[in-house]
Amino acid sequence: MLGVVAVLVFLLLRLTPGDPAAILAGDAATSEQIALIRADLGLDRPLIIQFGIWIGKVLTGDLGQSFYFRIDVATLIAQRLEPTFALAALTILIAVAVAVPLGALAAWRFGGWLDRALMGFSVLGFSVPVFVLAYLLIWLVSLKLGWLPVQGYVRIADSFLLFLKHLILPSITLSVIYIALIARVTRASVLEALGEDYIRTARAKGLPELRVLVRHALANAAVPIATVIGIGIAILIGGVVVTESVYAIPGLGRLTVDAVLARDFPTIQGVILFFSFVYVAINLLIDLSYVFLDPRIRY
Amino acid sequence: MTLFNNGSVRFGSVVLVLLLLLAIAAPWLGTVDPTLFDAASRDLRPGESGEITTLEGETVKHVFLMGSDSFGRDIYSRVLYGTRVSLMVGLAAALVALAFGVVAGLSAGYLRWLDGPLMRVMDGVMAIPAILIAIAVVALYRASLPTVIIAIAIPEIPRVTRLVRSLVLTIREEPYVEAAVSLGTPAAKIMFGHILPNTVAPLLVQGTYICAFAILLEAILSFLGVGLPADIPTWGNIMAEGRVQFVAYPHNVFFPGVFLAVTVLAVNILGDGLRDTLDPKMAKRV
Repeated sequence: MLGVVAVLVFLLLRLTPGDPAAILAGDAATSEQIALIRADLGLDRPLIIQFGIWIGKVLTGDLGQSFYFRIDVATLIAQRLEPTFALAALTILIAVAVAVPLGALAAWRFGGWLDRALMGFSVLGFSVPVFVLAYLLIWLVSLKLGWLPVQGYVRIADSFLLFLKHLILPSITLSVIYIALIARVTRASVLEALGEDYIRTARAKGLPELRVLVRHALANAAVPIATVIGIGIAILIGGVVVTESVYAIPGLGRLTVDAVLARDFPTIQGVILFFSFVYVAINLLIDLSYVFLDPRIRY
Repeated sequence: MTLFNNGSVRFGSVVLVLLLLLAIAAPWLGTVDPTLFDAASRDLRPGESGEITTLEGETVKHVFLMGSDSFGRDIYSRVLYGTRVSLMVGLAAALVALAFGVVAGLSAGYLRWLDGPLMRVMDGVMAIPAILIAIAVVALYRASLPTVIIAIAIPEIPRVTRLVRSLVLTIREEPYVEAAVSLGTPAAKIMFGHILPNTVAPLLVQGTYICAFAILLEAILSFLGVGLPADIPTWGNIMAEGRVQFVAYPHNVFFPGVFLAVTVLAVNILGDGLRDTLDPKMAKRV
Protein backbone atom coordinates (compact mmCIF):
# COMPACT_ATOMS: atom_id res chain seq x y z
CA MET A 1 0.00 0.00 0.00
CA LEU A 2 2.77 2.45 0.94
CA GLY A 3 4.56 1.40 -2.24
CA VAL A 4 1.53 2.48 -4.29
CA VAL A 5 1.39 5.76 -2.37
CA ALA A 6 5.07 6.36 -3.13
CA VAL A 7 4.51 5.72 -6.85
CA LEU A 8 1.50 8.10 -6.85
CA VAL A 9 3.41 10.87 -5.08
CA PHE A 10 6.32 10.34 -7.47
CA LEU A 11 4.08 10.44 -10.55
CA LEU A 12 2.23 13.50 -9.26
CA LEU A 13 5.21 15.64 -10.17
CA ARG A 14 6.29 13.73 -13.27
CA LEU A 15 2.86 13.88 -14.93
CA THR A 16 2.63 17.64 -14.70
CA PRO A 17 3.35 19.70 -17.77
CA GLY A 18 6.72 21.38 -17.51
CA ASP A 19 10.19 20.43 -16.35
CA PRO A 20 10.10 18.66 -12.95
CA ALA A 21 13.57 19.99 -12.15
CA ALA A 22 12.39 23.56 -12.75
CA ILE A 23 9.29 22.95 -10.61
CA LEU A 24 11.35 21.41 -7.81
CA ALA A 25 13.90 24.18 -7.90
CA GLY A 26 11.27 26.88 -7.50
CA ASP A 27 10.55 30.10 -9.33
CA ALA A 28 13.73 31.90 -8.27
CA ALA A 29 16.26 29.21 -9.18
CA THR A 30 19.20 29.78 -11.54
CA SER A 31 19.77 27.49 -14.53
CA GLU A 32 22.81 25.95 -12.77
CA GLN A 33 20.63 24.94 -9.81
CA ILE A 34 18.06 23.42 -12.15
CA ALA A 35 20.79 21.49 -13.99
CA LEU A 36 22.11 20.25 -10.66
CA ILE A 37 18.70 18.93 -9.61
CA ARG A 38 18.20 17.33 -13.03
CA ALA A 39 21.50 15.46 -12.72
CA ASP A 40 20.82 14.59 -9.08
CA LEU A 41 17.43 13.00 -9.81
CA GLY A 42 18.60 11.45 -13.09
CA LEU A 43 15.81 13.19 -15.00
CA ASP A 44 17.45 12.42 -18.35
CA ARG A 45 17.15 8.68 -17.68
CA PRO A 46 14.12 6.36 -18.05
CA LEU A 47 11.19 6.90 -15.67
CA ILE A 48 11.71 3.62 -13.85
CA ILE A 49 15.33 4.47 -13.01
CA GLN A 50 14.26 7.93 -11.89
CA PHE A 51 11.82 6.28 -9.53
CA GLY A 52 14.58 3.99 -8.24
CA ILE A 53 16.82 6.95 -7.47
CA TRP A 54 14.01 8.87 -5.82
CA ILE A 55 12.70 6.01 -3.66
CA GLY A 56 16.27 5.17 -2.62
CA LYS A 57 16.66 8.70 -1.31
CA VAL A 58 13.26 8.65 0.41
CA LEU A 59 14.05 5.36 2.17
CA THR A 60 17.24 6.83 3.60
CA GLY A 61 15.23 9.78 4.91
CA ASP A 62 16.34 12.24 2.23
CA LEU A 63 13.20 14.07 1.10
CA GLY A 64 15.14 16.76 -0.75
CA GLN A 65 15.69 20.43 -0.03
CA SER A 66 12.91 22.92 0.57
CA PHE A 67 13.69 25.88 -1.65
CA TYR A 68 11.44 28.14 0.38
CA PHE A 69 12.71 27.34 3.87
CA ARG A 70 16.23 26.51 2.63
CA ILE A 71 16.63 23.40 4.80
CA ASP A 72 16.13 19.64 4.43
CA VAL A 73 12.48 18.67 4.16
CA ALA A 74 13.03 15.87 6.68
CA THR A 75 14.44 18.35 9.23
CA LEU A 76 11.57 20.72 8.50
CA ILE A 77 8.99 18.02 9.17
CA ALA A 78 10.75 17.03 12.40
CA GLN A 79 10.69 20.67 13.57
CA ARG A 80 6.96 21.02 12.97
CA LEU A 81 5.99 17.66 14.43
CA GLU A 82 5.40 18.58 18.08
CA PRO A 83 2.39 20.91 17.74
CA THR A 84 0.65 18.63 15.25
CA PHE A 85 1.25 15.52 17.30
CA ALA A 86 0.02 17.24 20.48
CA LEU A 87 -3.09 18.56 18.72
CA ALA A 88 -3.93 15.18 17.18
CA ALA A 89 -3.33 13.25 20.40
CA LEU A 90 -5.47 15.59 22.50
CA THR A 91 -8.22 15.52 19.85
CA ILE A 92 -8.31 11.72 19.74
CA LEU A 93 -8.35 11.62 23.55
CA ILE A 94 -11.29 14.04 23.78
CA ALA A 95 -13.16 12.37 20.92
CA VAL A 96 -12.90 8.83 22.29
CA ALA A 97 -13.67 9.92 25.86
CA VAL A 98 -16.84 11.69 24.73
CA ALA A 99 -18.03 9.62 21.77
CA VAL A 100 -17.79 6.06 23.10
CA PRO A 101 -19.86 6.57 26.28
CA LEU A 102 -22.39 8.74 24.42
CA GLY A 103 -22.74 6.24 21.59
CA ALA A 104 -23.16 3.35 24.02
CA LEU A 105 -25.76 5.22 26.09
CA ALA A 106 -27.66 6.21 22.95
CA ALA A 107 -27.81 2.58 21.88
CA TRP A 108 -28.84 1.50 25.38
CA ARG A 109 -31.78 3.90 25.33
CA PHE A 110 -32.46 3.40 21.62
CA GLY A 111 -34.98 5.97 20.34
CA GLY A 112 -34.80 8.02 23.54
CA TRP A 113 -33.98 11.72 23.80
CA LEU A 114 -30.23 11.14 24.11
CA ASP A 115 -30.29 8.93 21.04
CA ARG A 116 -32.17 11.50 18.98
CA ALA A 117 -29.97 14.34 20.23
CA LEU A 118 -26.81 12.41 19.42
CA MET A 119 -27.98 11.51 15.91
CA GLY A 120 -28.92 15.14 15.29
CA PHE A 121 -25.56 16.27 16.61
CA SER A 122 -23.70 13.83 14.40
CA VAL A 123 -25.38 15.08 11.20
CA LEU A 124 -24.61 18.61 12.33
CA GLY A 125 -21.03 17.64 13.17
CA PHE A 126 -20.51 16.32 9.65
CA SER A 127 -21.94 19.46 8.09
CA VAL A 128 -20.47 22.38 10.00
CA PRO A 129 -17.06 23.09 8.48
CA VAL A 130 -14.12 22.97 10.87
CA PHE A 131 -13.15 26.58 10.31
CA VAL A 132 -16.66 27.93 10.82
CA LEU A 133 -16.82 26.04 14.09
CA ALA A 134 -13.36 27.32 14.98
CA TYR A 135 -14.42 30.94 14.55
CA LEU A 136 -17.64 30.35 16.45
CA LEU A 137 -15.67 28.95 19.39
CA ILE A 138 -13.03 31.70 19.25
CA TRP A 139 -15.77 34.29 19.26
CA LEU A 140 -17.63 32.69 22.16
CA VAL A 141 -14.89 31.32 24.42
CA SER A 142 -11.97 33.63 23.73
CA LEU A 143 -13.56 36.95 22.81
CA LYS A 144 -16.87 37.02 24.73
CA LEU A 145 -15.90 34.99 27.78
CA GLY A 146 -12.15 35.60 27.67
CA TRP A 147 -11.37 32.16 29.07
CA LEU A 148 -8.72 31.04 26.62
CA PRO A 149 -6.16 32.70 24.33
CA VAL A 150 -7.38 33.42 20.78
CA GLN A 151 -4.50 31.94 18.80
CA GLY A 152 -0.92 30.79 18.92
CA TYR A 153 1.11 27.98 20.36
CA VAL A 154 3.50 27.54 23.29
CA ARG A 155 6.01 24.69 23.30
CA ILE A 156 5.43 22.06 25.94
CA ALA A 157 9.00 22.56 27.19
CA ASP A 158 8.37 26.28 27.83
CA SER A 159 5.20 26.06 29.90
CA PHE A 160 2.92 23.10 30.20
CA LEU A 161 -0.04 25.16 31.43
CA LEU A 162 0.15 27.66 28.57
CA PHE A 163 0.71 24.78 26.15
CA LEU A 164 -2.53 23.20 27.31
CA LYS A 165 -4.43 26.50 27.31
CA HIS A 166 -3.49 27.14 23.69
CA LEU A 167 -4.35 23.65 22.62
CA ILE A 168 -7.73 23.08 24.27
CA LEU A 169 -9.84 25.14 21.88
CA PRO A 170 -8.25 23.76 18.67
CA SER A 171 -8.64 20.21 20.00
CA ILE A 172 -12.30 20.71 20.88
CA THR A 173 -12.90 22.23 17.44
CA LEU A 174 -11.26 19.34 15.69
CA SER A 175 -12.85 16.66 17.85
CA VAL A 176 -16.45 17.56 16.92
CA ILE A 177 -16.48 15.81 13.54
CA TYR A 178 -14.50 12.93 15.01
CA ILE A 179 -16.99 12.59 17.86
CA ALA A 180 -19.81 12.53 15.32
CA LEU A 181 -18.12 9.73 13.41
CA ILE A 182 -17.13 7.55 16.39
CA ALA A 183 -20.42 8.04 18.25
CA ARG A 184 -22.39 6.95 15.18
CA VAL A 185 -20.45 3.72 14.78
CA THR A 186 -20.39 3.02 18.54
CA ARG A 187 -24.15 3.42 18.66
CA ALA A 188 -24.70 1.14 15.67
CA SER A 189 -22.38 -1.64 16.85
CA VAL A 190 -23.50 -1.55 20.49
CA LEU A 191 -27.07 -1.65 19.24
CA GLU A 192 -26.26 -4.76 17.26
CA ALA A 193 -24.48 -6.38 20.23
CA LEU A 194 -27.43 -5.60 22.52
CA GLY A 195 -29.66 -7.72 20.31
CA GLU A 196 -27.54 -10.85 20.87
CA ASP A 197 -28.59 -13.79 23.00
CA TYR A 198 -25.76 -13.40 25.50
CA ILE A 199 -27.14 -10.02 26.52
CA ARG A 200 -30.46 -11.63 27.38
CA THR A 201 -28.57 -14.28 29.32
CA ALA A 202 -26.55 -11.66 31.19
CA ARG A 203 -29.70 -9.76 32.09
CA ALA A 204 -31.50 -12.97 33.04
CA LYS A 205 -28.84 -13.87 35.53
CA GLY A 206 -29.41 -10.49 37.16
CA LEU A 207 -26.25 -8.58 36.24
CA PRO A 208 -26.44 -4.81 36.81
CA GLU A 209 -27.29 -2.89 33.62
CA LEU A 210 -24.01 -0.98 33.64
CA ARG A 211 -22.05 -4.22 33.64
CA VAL A 212 -24.19 -5.64 30.84
CA LEU A 213 -23.61 -2.50 28.79
CA VAL A 214 -19.86 -2.21 29.34
CA ARG A 215 -18.57 -5.75 29.80
CA HIS A 216 -20.95 -7.52 27.46
CA ALA A 217 -22.21 -5.10 24.80
CA LEU A 218 -19.41 -2.54 24.51
CA ALA A 219 -16.62 -5.13 24.70
CA ASN A 220 -18.17 -6.98 21.78
CA ALA A 221 -18.51 -3.77 19.79
CA ALA A 222 -14.83 -2.87 20.21
CA VAL A 223 -13.57 -3.98 16.80
CA PRO A 224 -15.75 -1.71 14.61
CA ILE A 225 -15.09 1.19 17.01
CA ALA A 226 -11.32 0.70 16.72
CA THR A 227 -11.68 0.48 12.94
CA VAL A 228 -13.55 3.76 12.66
CA ILE A 229 -11.01 5.51 14.90
CA GLY A 230 -8.38 4.43 12.38
CA ILE A 231 -10.37 5.50 9.32
CA GLY A 232 -11.12 8.81 11.03
CA ILE A 233 -7.39 9.63 11.10
CA ALA A 234 -7.76 10.73 7.46
CA ILE A 235 -10.45 13.24 8.45
CA LEU A 236 -8.29 14.25 11.40
CA ILE A 237 -5.31 15.01 9.15
CA GLY A 238 -7.51 17.11 6.88
CA GLY A 239 -8.84 18.90 9.94
CA VAL A 240 -5.34 19.52 11.28
CA VAL A 241 -4.47 21.44 8.11
CA VAL A 242 -7.46 23.75 8.58
CA THR A 243 -7.34 24.04 12.37
CA GLU A 244 -3.66 24.93 12.50
CA SER A 245 -4.31 27.62 9.93
CA VAL A 246 -7.13 29.21 11.89
CA TYR A 247 -5.42 29.04 15.29
CA ALA A 248 -1.97 29.97 13.94
CA ILE A 249 -0.31 26.81 15.24
CA PRO A 250 3.09 26.26 13.61
CA GLY A 251 2.64 22.56 12.86
CA LEU A 252 2.66 20.28 9.83
CA GLY A 253 -0.77 21.40 8.63
CA ARG A 254 0.33 25.01 8.56
CA LEU A 255 3.51 23.89 6.80
CA THR A 256 1.42 22.18 4.10
CA VAL A 257 -0.54 25.34 3.37
CA ASP A 258 2.57 27.53 3.41
CA ALA A 259 4.34 25.10 1.09
CA VAL A 260 1.43 25.13 -1.38
CA LEU A 261 1.21 28.91 -1.34
CA ALA A 262 4.97 29.11 -2.00
CA ARG A 263 4.73 26.25 -4.55
CA ASP A 264 7.46 24.49 -2.58
CA PHE A 265 7.16 21.04 -4.16
CA PRO A 266 9.83 19.09 -2.26
CA THR A 267 8.02 20.06 0.95
CA ILE A 268 4.56 19.24 -0.46
CA GLN A 269 5.79 15.81 -1.56
CA GLY A 270 7.45 15.20 1.80
CA VAL A 271 4.42 16.19 3.86
CA ILE A 272 2.03 14.06 1.78
CA LEU A 273 4.34 11.05 2.07
CA PHE A 274 4.70 11.60 5.80
CA PHE A 275 0.95 11.98 6.48
CA SER A 276 0.12 8.93 4.34
CA PHE A 277 2.76 6.92 6.14
CA VAL A 278 1.31 7.87 9.53
CA TYR A 279 -2.22 7.08 8.35
CA VAL A 280 -1.29 3.63 7.02
CA ALA A 281 0.92 2.85 10.04
CA ILE A 282 -1.83 3.72 12.54
CA ASN A 283 -4.34 1.60 10.66
CA LEU A 284 -1.88 -1.29 10.65
CA LEU A 285 -1.47 -0.95 14.43
CA ILE A 286 -5.23 -0.95 14.83
CA ASP A 287 -5.50 -4.09 12.70
CA LEU A 288 -2.97 -5.72 15.02
CA SER A 289 -4.90 -4.55 18.11
CA TYR A 290 -7.87 -6.71 17.04
CA VAL A 291 -6.02 -9.61 18.61
CA PHE A 292 -6.51 -8.01 22.01
CA LEU A 293 -9.98 -6.64 21.35
CA ASP A 294 -11.38 -9.90 20.05
CA PRO A 295 -9.59 -13.08 21.24
CA ARG A 296 -11.17 -15.05 18.36
CA ILE A 297 -8.99 -13.16 15.86
CA ARG A 298 -5.59 -14.73 15.23
CA TYR A 299 -2.97 -13.62 12.72
CA MET B 1 -44.12 9.63 -4.84
CA THR B 2 -42.95 7.43 -2.01
CA LEU B 3 -39.62 9.27 -1.80
CA PHE B 4 -41.28 12.41 -0.54
CA ASN B 5 -43.01 10.58 2.29
CA ASN B 6 -39.62 10.61 3.96
CA GLY B 7 -39.19 13.71 6.12
CA SER B 8 -35.45 13.96 5.55
CA VAL B 9 -35.82 13.84 1.77
CA ARG B 10 -38.53 16.51 1.93
CA PHE B 11 -36.54 18.81 4.20
CA GLY B 12 -33.29 18.41 2.29
CA SER B 13 -34.78 18.96 -1.15
CA VAL B 14 -36.90 21.94 -0.07
CA VAL B 15 -33.85 23.72 1.39
CA LEU B 16 -31.78 22.89 -1.69
CA VAL B 17 -34.45 24.10 -4.10
CA LEU B 18 -34.64 27.35 -2.13
CA LEU B 19 -30.85 27.75 -2.35
CA LEU B 20 -30.96 26.97 -6.06
CA LEU B 21 -33.63 29.64 -6.57
CA LEU B 22 -31.51 32.12 -4.60
CA ALA B 23 -28.54 31.29 -6.80
CA ILE B 24 -30.47 31.65 -10.06
CA ALA B 25 -32.36 34.76 -9.01
CA ALA B 26 -29.34 36.44 -7.41
CA PRO B 27 -29.28 39.40 -9.88
CA TRP B 28 -32.90 40.35 -9.04
CA LEU B 29 -32.71 40.09 -5.27
CA GLY B 30 -31.37 43.58 -4.60
CA THR B 31 -27.77 42.60 -5.15
CA VAL B 32 -25.07 44.56 -6.91
CA ASP B 33 -22.20 43.14 -8.95
CA PRO B 34 -20.26 41.15 -6.28
CA THR B 35 -16.92 42.51 -7.50
CA LEU B 36 -17.95 46.15 -7.11
CA PHE B 37 -16.33 48.07 -4.28
CA ASP B 38 -16.37 51.55 -2.86
CA ALA B 39 -13.68 52.94 -0.61
CA ALA B 40 -16.26 55.04 1.22
CA SER B 41 -18.25 51.97 2.28
CA ARG B 42 -15.54 49.88 3.89
CA ASP B 43 -16.27 47.71 6.93
CA LEU B 44 -19.96 48.57 7.29
CA ARG B 45 -21.94 46.59 9.81
CA PRO B 46 -24.95 44.55 8.64
CA GLY B 47 -27.93 46.72 7.73
CA GLU B 48 -25.99 49.98 7.40
CA SER B 49 -26.41 51.97 4.24
CA GLY B 50 -23.62 53.42 2.19
CA GLU B 51 -22.82 53.92 -1.44
CA ILE B 52 -21.27 51.86 -4.15
CA THR B 53 -19.57 52.82 -7.40
CA THR B 54 -20.82 50.98 -10.49
CA LEU B 55 -18.64 49.98 -13.41
CA GLU B 56 -19.77 53.12 -15.24
CA GLY B 57 -18.29 55.21 -12.42
CA GLU B 58 -21.70 56.18 -11.09
CA THR B 59 -22.15 56.27 -7.31
CA VAL B 60 -25.44 54.84 -6.08
CA LYS B 61 -26.98 54.43 -2.64
CA HIS B 62 -27.02 50.85 -1.39
CA VAL B 63 -28.10 49.14 1.83
CA PHE B 64 -25.50 46.57 2.96
CA LEU B 65 -27.81 43.88 4.41
CA MET B 66 -24.89 41.75 5.59
CA GLY B 67 -22.38 44.57 5.88
CA SER B 68 -19.33 45.12 3.72
CA ASP B 69 -15.74 43.89 3.70
CA SER B 70 -12.48 45.80 3.95
CA PHE B 71 -12.62 46.71 0.26
CA GLY B 72 -16.16 48.04 0.58
CA ARG B 73 -17.78 45.15 -1.28
CA ASP B 74 -21.33 44.04 -0.46
CA ILE B 75 -21.24 40.79 1.54
CA TYR B 76 -24.91 40.06 0.77
CA SER B 77 -24.27 40.11 -2.99
CA ARG B 78 -21.09 38.12 -2.63
CA VAL B 79 -22.75 35.44 -0.49
CA LEU B 80 -25.66 35.10 -2.91
CA TYR B 81 -23.41 34.81 -5.95
CA GLY B 82 -21.21 32.45 -3.93
CA THR B 83 -24.19 30.07 -3.75
CA ARG B 84 -23.85 29.58 -7.50
CA VAL B 85 -20.20 28.56 -7.23
CA SER B 86 -20.77 26.20 -4.30
CA LEU B 87 -23.75 24.39 -5.82
CA MET B 88 -22.00 24.09 -9.17
CA VAL B 89 -18.75 22.76 -7.67
CA GLY B 90 -20.68 20.27 -5.52
CA LEU B 91 -22.73 18.95 -8.42
CA ALA B 92 -19.87 18.89 -10.91
CA ALA B 93 -17.44 17.17 -8.54
CA ALA B 94 -20.05 14.53 -7.71
CA LEU B 95 -20.71 13.89 -11.41
CA VAL B 96 -17.00 13.66 -12.26
CA ALA B 97 -16.29 11.30 -9.34
CA LEU B 98 -19.33 9.15 -10.23
CA ALA B 99 -18.41 8.99 -13.93
CA PHE B 100 -14.83 7.88 -13.34
CA GLY B 101 -15.77 5.66 -10.41
CA VAL B 102 -18.53 3.90 -12.37
CA VAL B 103 -16.27 3.11 -15.32
CA ALA B 104 -13.45 1.95 -13.05
CA GLY B 105 -15.78 -0.03 -10.79
CA LEU B 106 -17.58 -1.75 -13.68
CA SER B 107 -14.25 -2.66 -15.24
CA ALA B 108 -12.77 -3.95 -11.99
CA GLY B 109 -15.87 -5.95 -11.16
CA TYR B 110 -16.47 -7.40 -14.59
CA LEU B 111 -13.03 -7.72 -16.18
CA ARG B 112 -11.28 -9.93 -13.65
CA TRP B 113 -7.70 -9.39 -14.92
CA LEU B 114 -8.03 -5.67 -14.29
CA ASP B 115 -9.39 -6.07 -10.77
CA GLY B 116 -6.13 -6.58 -8.85
CA PRO B 117 -3.99 -3.78 -10.32
CA LEU B 118 -6.83 -1.26 -10.47
CA MET B 119 -7.94 -1.81 -6.88
CA ARG B 120 -4.34 -1.52 -5.61
CA VAL B 121 -4.10 1.91 -7.22
CA MET B 122 -7.43 2.87 -5.62
CA ASP B 123 -6.18 1.65 -2.23
CA GLY B 124 -3.15 3.88 -2.68
CA VAL B 125 -5.28 6.92 -3.45
CA MET B 126 -7.45 6.18 -0.40
CA ALA B 127 -4.36 6.06 1.81
CA ILE B 128 -3.69 9.73 1.10
CA PRO B 129 -6.05 12.04 3.03
CA ALA B 130 -8.53 13.68 0.62
CA ILE B 131 -7.61 17.23 1.48
CA LEU B 132 -3.92 16.60 0.71
CA ILE B 133 -4.66 15.17 -2.75
CA ALA B 134 -6.86 18.14 -3.54
CA ILE B 135 -4.24 20.61 -2.29
CA ALA B 136 -1.46 18.91 -4.25
CA VAL B 137 -3.44 18.84 -7.51
CA VAL B 138 -4.48 22.47 -7.14
CA ALA B 139 -0.89 23.45 -6.36
CA LEU B 140 0.46 21.71 -9.46
CA TYR B 141 -2.06 22.96 -11.98
CA ARG B 142 -2.82 26.45 -10.59
CA ALA B 143 -6.34 26.97 -9.37
CA SER B 144 -9.24 27.49 -11.76
CA LEU B 145 -12.82 26.22 -11.65
CA PRO B 146 -12.16 22.97 -13.62
CA THR B 147 -8.95 22.23 -11.68
CA VAL B 148 -10.68 22.66 -8.34
CA ILE B 149 -13.58 20.42 -9.40
CA ILE B 150 -11.21 17.68 -10.57
CA ALA B 151 -8.97 18.07 -7.53
CA ILE B 152 -12.00 17.54 -5.26
CA ALA B 153 -13.34 14.64 -7.33
CA ILE B 154 -10.11 12.59 -7.45
CA PRO B 155 -10.05 11.48 -3.78
CA GLU B 156 -13.71 10.42 -4.08
CA ILE B 157 -13.21 8.16 -7.12
CA PRO B 158 -11.87 5.16 -5.12
CA ARG B 159 -14.94 5.11 -2.86
CA VAL B 160 -17.29 5.07 -5.85
CA THR B 161 -15.15 2.43 -7.54
CA ARG B 162 -15.28 0.19 -4.47
CA LEU B 163 -19.05 0.59 -4.19
CA VAL B 164 -19.69 -0.15 -7.88
CA ARG B 165 -17.25 -3.07 -7.88
CA SER B 166 -18.92 -4.72 -4.89
CA LEU B 167 -22.35 -4.25 -6.49
CA VAL B 168 -21.13 -5.69 -9.78
CA LEU B 169 -19.66 -8.74 -8.05
CA THR B 170 -23.12 -9.48 -6.61
CA ILE B 171 -25.14 -8.64 -9.69
CA ARG B 172 -22.96 -10.59 -12.14
CA GLU B 173 -24.07 -13.81 -10.46
CA GLU B 174 -27.74 -13.06 -11.15
CA PRO B 175 -29.53 -15.36 -13.62
CA TYR B 176 -30.37 -12.55 -16.06
CA VAL B 177 -26.67 -11.71 -16.45
CA GLU B 178 -25.85 -15.38 -16.96
CA ALA B 179 -28.58 -15.52 -19.58
CA ALA B 180 -27.17 -12.49 -21.38
CA VAL B 181 -23.68 -14.00 -21.34
CA SER B 182 -24.88 -17.31 -22.76
CA LEU B 183 -26.66 -15.41 -25.57
CA GLY B 184 -23.28 -13.98 -26.55
CA THR B 185 -23.98 -10.36 -25.52
CA PRO B 186 -20.81 -8.24 -25.72
CA ALA B 187 -19.16 -7.40 -22.38
CA ALA B 188 -19.69 -3.64 -22.79
CA LYS B 189 -23.42 -4.12 -23.34
CA ILE B 190 -23.72 -6.36 -20.28
CA MET B 191 -21.83 -3.86 -18.14
CA PHE B 192 -23.73 -0.74 -19.16
CA GLY B 193 -27.08 -2.27 -20.21
CA HIS B 194 -27.67 -4.95 -17.60
CA ILE B 195 -25.49 -4.22 -14.59
CA LEU B 196 -25.31 -0.41 -14.45
CA PRO B 197 -29.09 0.20 -14.15
CA ASN B 198 -29.11 -1.91 -10.99
CA THR B 199 -26.50 0.25 -9.30
CA VAL B 200 -28.40 3.53 -9.69
CA ALA B 201 -29.99 3.73 -6.23
CA PRO B 202 -26.80 3.27 -4.14
CA LEU B 203 -24.92 5.56 -6.52
CA LEU B 204 -27.50 8.30 -6.07
CA VAL B 205 -27.02 8.09 -2.30
CA GLN B 206 -23.23 8.09 -2.63
CA GLY B 207 -23.36 10.98 -5.10
CA THR B 208 -25.32 13.08 -2.63
CA TYR B 209 -22.70 12.55 0.06
CA ILE B 210 -19.91 13.39 -2.40
CA CYS B 211 -21.76 16.58 -3.28
CA ALA B 212 -21.87 17.64 0.38
CA PHE B 213 -18.22 16.81 0.84
CA ALA B 214 -17.24 18.67 -2.34
CA ILE B 215 -19.01 21.86 -1.24
CA LEU B 216 -17.19 21.63 2.08
CA LEU B 217 -13.81 20.93 0.52
CA GLU B 218 -14.13 23.76 -2.01
CA ALA B 219 -14.82 26.18 0.84
CA ILE B 220 -11.85 24.81 2.79
CA LEU B 221 -9.50 25.18 -0.20
CA SER B 222 -10.66 28.71 -0.88
CA PHE B 223 -10.46 29.55 2.81
CA LEU B 224 -6.87 28.36 2.98
CA GLY B 225 -6.09 30.54 -0.02
CA VAL B 226 -5.24 27.66 -2.34
CA GLY B 227 -8.68 27.30 -3.97
CA LEU B 228 -10.47 29.40 -6.55
CA PRO B 229 -8.86 32.76 -7.39
CA ALA B 230 -9.67 35.45 -4.83
CA ASP B 231 -11.68 37.58 -7.28
CA ILE B 232 -14.36 34.89 -7.65
CA PRO B 233 -16.93 35.33 -4.88
CA THR B 234 -17.10 31.97 -3.10
CA TRP B 235 -18.05 31.40 0.53
CA GLY B 236 -14.52 30.24 1.30
CA ASN B 237 -12.98 33.30 -0.32
CA ILE B 238 -15.30 35.70 1.53
CA MET B 239 -14.33 34.07 4.81
CA ALA B 240 -10.63 34.04 3.93
CA GLU B 241 -10.88 37.75 3.23
CA GLY B 242 -12.83 38.41 6.41
CA ARG B 243 -10.75 36.31 8.80
CA VAL B 244 -8.05 38.99 9.12
CA GLN B 245 -10.40 41.30 10.95
CA PHE B 246 -12.64 38.67 12.45
CA VAL B 247 -12.28 40.15 15.93
CA ALA B 248 -13.68 43.55 14.89
CA TYR B 249 -16.08 42.48 12.13
CA PRO B 250 -17.29 38.91 12.64
CA HIS B 251 -20.08 39.26 10.02
CA ASN B 252 -17.64 38.66 7.13
CA VAL B 253 -17.06 35.15 8.41
CA PHE B 254 -20.46 34.61 10.00
CA PHE B 255 -22.85 34.97 7.03
CA PRO B 256 -21.00 32.82 4.47
CA GLY B 257 -20.33 30.32 7.28
CA VAL B 258 -24.04 29.97 8.03
CA PHE B 259 -24.88 29.55 4.33
CA LEU B 260 -22.17 26.93 3.96
CA ALA B 261 -23.26 24.97 7.03
CA VAL B 262 -26.96 25.05 6.06
CA THR B 263 -26.21 23.92 2.50
CA VAL B 264 -24.01 21.02 3.55
CA LEU B 265 -26.49 20.06 6.24
CA ALA B 266 -29.36 20.03 3.71
CA VAL B 267 -27.40 17.85 1.28
CA ASN B 268 -26.36 15.45 4.06
CA ILE B 269 -29.92 15.15 5.37
CA LEU B 270 -31.16 14.56 1.82
CA GLY B 271 -28.52 11.82 1.51
CA ASP B 272 -29.62 10.17 4.76
CA GLY B 273 -33.24 10.29 3.63
CA LEU B 274 -32.44 8.82 0.21
CA ARG B 275 -30.41 6.07 1.84
CA ASP B 276 -33.23 5.16 4.21
CA THR B 277 -35.83 5.00 1.41
CA LEU B 278 -33.78 3.54 -1.45
CA ASP B 279 -31.47 1.23 0.40
CA PRO B 280 -32.97 -0.16 3.60
CA LYS B 281 -30.13 -2.67 3.95
CA MET B 282 -27.53 0.09 4.09
CA ALA B 283 -29.62 2.10 6.55
CA LYS B 284 -29.46 -0.68 9.07
CA ARG B 285 -25.68 -0.84 8.91
CA VAL B 286 -24.84 2.73 9.87
